[in-house]
Amino acid sequence: MTSAVRTLRRSVPVALGLATLIVAIALLELLIRIGWVNRFIVPLPSQILASFERVVVEEGIPERFLLTLREAFSAFVLLTVFGVGIGVLLHRVRILRLATETWVAAFASAPTVLMYPLFLVIFGRSANTIIMMGFVAGLAPVILKTVEGLAGTRRVLINVGKSFKLTPWQLYWKILFPAALPSIFVGIKLGMIFALINIVGVEFLINFGGLGQLINELAERYDLAGTYAAICFVILVSVLFFILTERLERWLRPAN
Amino acid sequence: MPAATPLKRDQSAAGSSPADAILVVDRVTKRFDTPDGALTAVDNVSLTVAPGEFLAVIGPSGCGKSTLFNVIGGLLDNYEGQISVAGETVSGPHRSIGMVFQEESTFPWRTVLDNVAFPLEIAGMAKSERYTKARHFVELVGLDGFERRYPAELSGGMRQRVSMARTLASEPKILLMDEPFAALDEQTRLLLGDKVLQIQQELQQTTLLITHNITEAVQLSDRILVMTYRPGKVKRIVDIDLPRPRSSEIVSSEAFGRYVAQIWNDLREEASRGMRDDESRTRHAGEKQA
Repeated sequence: MTSAVRTLRRSVPVALGLATLIVAIALLELLIRIGWVNRFIVPLPSQILASFERVVVEEGIPERFLLTLREAFSAFVLLTVFGVGIGVLLHRVRILRLATETWVAAFASAPTVLMYPLFLVIFGRSANTIIMMGFVAGLAPVILKTVEGLAGTRRVLINVGKSFKLTPWQLYWKILFPAALPSIFVGIKLGMIFALINIVGVEFLINFGGLGQLINELAERYDLAGTYAAICFVILVSVLFFILTERLERWLRPAN
Repeated sequence: MPAATPLKRDQSAAGSSPADAILVVDRVTKRFDTPDGALTAVDNVSLTVAPGEFLAVIGPSGCGKSTLFNVIGGLLDNYEGQISVAGETVSGPHRSIGMVFQEESTFPWRTVLDNVAFPLEIAGMAKSERYTKARHFVELVGLDGFERRYPAELSGGMRQRVSMARTLASEPKILLMDEPFAALDEQTRLLLGDKVLQIQQELQQTTLLITHNITEAVQLSDRILVMTYRPGKVKRIVDIDLPRPRSSEIVSSEAFGRYVAQIWNDLREEASRGMRDDESRTRHAGEKQA
């Protein structure tokens, strides 16, 4: 296969994805214009597009975007360090795992965002509250998927390690951990989805800081086009984290 | 063709005298606790392997072959008896014994070269030195040109060759293989048998092969130890007096056919017993459920 054909094959899905998005937006525009969708509830995509410049210049999008990005990154670091760390601990200490696994699973579905008043009391009306809310919301899936990945390592790979007389530390670092990486990254991606929802949600609720606060303000002003434009930036944060985790995973485990 | 050596009931030692043997398995018995009581998987098995020898252990499913493999490799403990390598009693995994497993055991996150270099990395060898050495073993198993590939890009037979190269790279005194080609088709199995023979001759590698495949055992071995169905005991030892160097072409020779027939004769009784036992257990479980 020539490199041109290979490039073409790789770019077709990307082009198809973009084309689908453009067609969906155009369809929405059409439905609103012919009155099938109420334009007082859903603004015209063309209006949203037109409002981007205004929102960026007048509403301080770059600063807010960076603040939300920083909060999300802090939550990501905390999630990775503590989520994977606790997962490793639960995998190693069987009694601890048996005692807590059900609770951690239950915690994963708990609406932690409702705990924000408690976090406000502890951390004040600051970015710390938002980061901690994001961290708490995303912790359970990272722990659960880390434990699942480590426990699911094929017995024969562990036996290979034992046959080469690996120390317990080497067995973890050289075999269990790389074998569990795909599952751990599923956990981190899931955790980041919950974390980002909570970060923007708490910014919205406590009217502080980044994109969530801006969405709150624009919605209060009934600036629908601006609100949706700001939401697009939240999606951009999400996309950036998805790319970051994908890159990180590919760097740590190139065979994927 | 030399006659097979039938063993008396209490005689279960196999092979050369312990003094010149590199591996001595002395009266090993391994029991497992099951809900129905203790199950003896391996019963008073003794064998010796001389340096450079190729010994195959053959038996029907459920005769304790894999248990014996795991006991010798040090992956199972709490057994009776003793195992020694070059005169030294060993317990637990030992650097002198290199294991090749039945299941696919390459590390999917490592390239072929990194897989093969794994034991050298664990031993703390410098990067350039270990890659040079790993390349030699990749070449030995005939996978040169695939060094940068990942296991997912290789066929089952190629992956097993990577596992074998990885174990050989640790330069074990004894290569212990548990049905390494069981999951492969017959043609690939025969051709890989050629590769194993070539490597074994080249390195003068002492090898202990666990298998249920008679053709494979006769094609590769100097001696074949036939085991009984549960509990696994030594039933008979057969010296394979076929000329070396051998290749897979030997399977069409008359002498080869005679060895296969002779071993099948020994195995048929054991395999039938295993089959009857399986049927009775399935029936019993069905009655229990009903």
